[in-house]
Amino acid sequence: MTLNQNTLLAGVDPEITERLVANRREFFRSSALKLGALASAPLLLAAASQQAFGQDLPAEITDVLLFALTLEHVEDAFYRSGLEAKGLIPKQYVGIFNQIGKHEAEHVAFLTAALGPKAIKRPKLDLTAGGKYADALTNFDTYLTLSQTFEDLGVAAYKGQAGNLISKDDILTAALQIHSVEARHAAIVRRIGGKKSWDGAFDEPMSKDDVLAAATPFLA
Amino acid sequence: MHVQQDRSRRWLLKWSAASAAGVAIGGALLPNFGISAALAADLGEGDVGVLNYAYALEQLEAAFYTMVVDSPYADISGDETALLTDIRDHEVEHREFLKKALGDGAIPALEVDFSAVDFKSRASVLGTAMVFEDLGVGAYNGAGKLIENPDYLLAAGKIVSVEARHAAAIRDLLNPNSVSFAGDDVVDKNGLDVAYAPTEVLPKAGPFIKTDVTANSFM
Repeated sequence: MTLNQNTLLAGVDPEITERLVANRREFFRSSALKLGALASAPLLLAAASQQAFGQDLPAEITDVLLFALTLEHVEDAFYRSGLEAKGLIPKQYVGIFNQIGKHEAEHVAFLTAALGPKAIKRPKLDLTAGGKYADALTNFDTYLTLSQTFEDLGVAAYKGQAGNLISKDDILTAALQIHSVEARHAAIVRRIGGKKSWDGAFDEPMSKDDVLAAATPFLA
Repeated sequence: MHVQQDRSRRWLLKWSAASAAGVAIGGALLPNFGISAALAADLGEGDVGVLNYAYALEQLEAAFYTMVVDSPYADISGDETALLTDIRDHEVEHREFLKKALGDGAIPALEVDFSAVDFKSRASVLGTAMVFEDLGVGAYNGAGKLIENPDYLLAAGKIVSVEARHAAAIRDLLNPNSVSFAGDDVVDKNGLDVAYAPTEVLPKAGPFIKTDVTANSFM
């Protein structure tokens, strides 16, 4: 995949783009757990949610939505893979991860519809992060760690972008509604891992650059 | 954080239909506020109004969990005690944060009424907690678009995701290892959580608040 074809990077800072590309090259030969760009979300949902937003979104709004969609693609793929990996998720938690995965797929569909033709398809991913988490889909402890990482990252990412959506009431509200769902996910995943569902009374935001830096190792 | 008044948005709502100002039967004074709060309180305008709205809800939650922790229900587990104590501490922090941010613009301490809650009953306490947490999530989600200052929007964001974490944990206590933590009753088919307008939240919170809270020029 060349840079020009990589629609994932649309709207991302050039500097970050360079880092992503470098990273991708570095891990290009890592064959484990590569996920192809699969078919996008259910058309029905897409059509339904598209009605909520106007067609011409300002560039700064589009940037935020593309950023959000990137993260949702990573989460969506992560849960699809986890649920497909036989014996990974203990029986008593399968329902919970099904529910989380359902929401991530719905977020992908919703953001895809909101972006219309500007939406990106799922990027190629490497859930082992270049081998750092080689047992991501065979060891439930590793899978849980990554799940918590993605969910807490999602919470911090949406929180960091809310201010950039302040001019568009409907999109801001939808982003906040996704934000709190990610927080519910983070809470249950932490609980399954025997941890507290929170770090404290206030959740801190993360900048787009910091979030992308954290997510980059998972982009193949 | 200091809140600026804003007169650009106006609306009218009334928190509690009961006009029992001065009557505190069955009510409990909120902790850390030595004064009687039986006077009517108006939320104010613009961002002040929105933050007072949040402040009122946080007062309600803080008062509730303070009572829960002070008089735990029978056979409460260690996990539940730890969790509910954390949540109490968070709600008190939220309340104090908003109070400080509002400064002179803050509404007074509200007088609450938890007579509908059986604090000896796990089901009653956790059921009420779930209502409050989901209501808080929906209230913040719905109020975000009413906030004009990005700093306050961020502050609200830092609180709402913690409320959502509370909601998920409480729901898991009530229905362990089920999908309830983010159930289809609160998350719609687009994967979106609840978002309530103040006009939807106030009737639900009203029965727990004795103080007459008005929003005569809020929004």
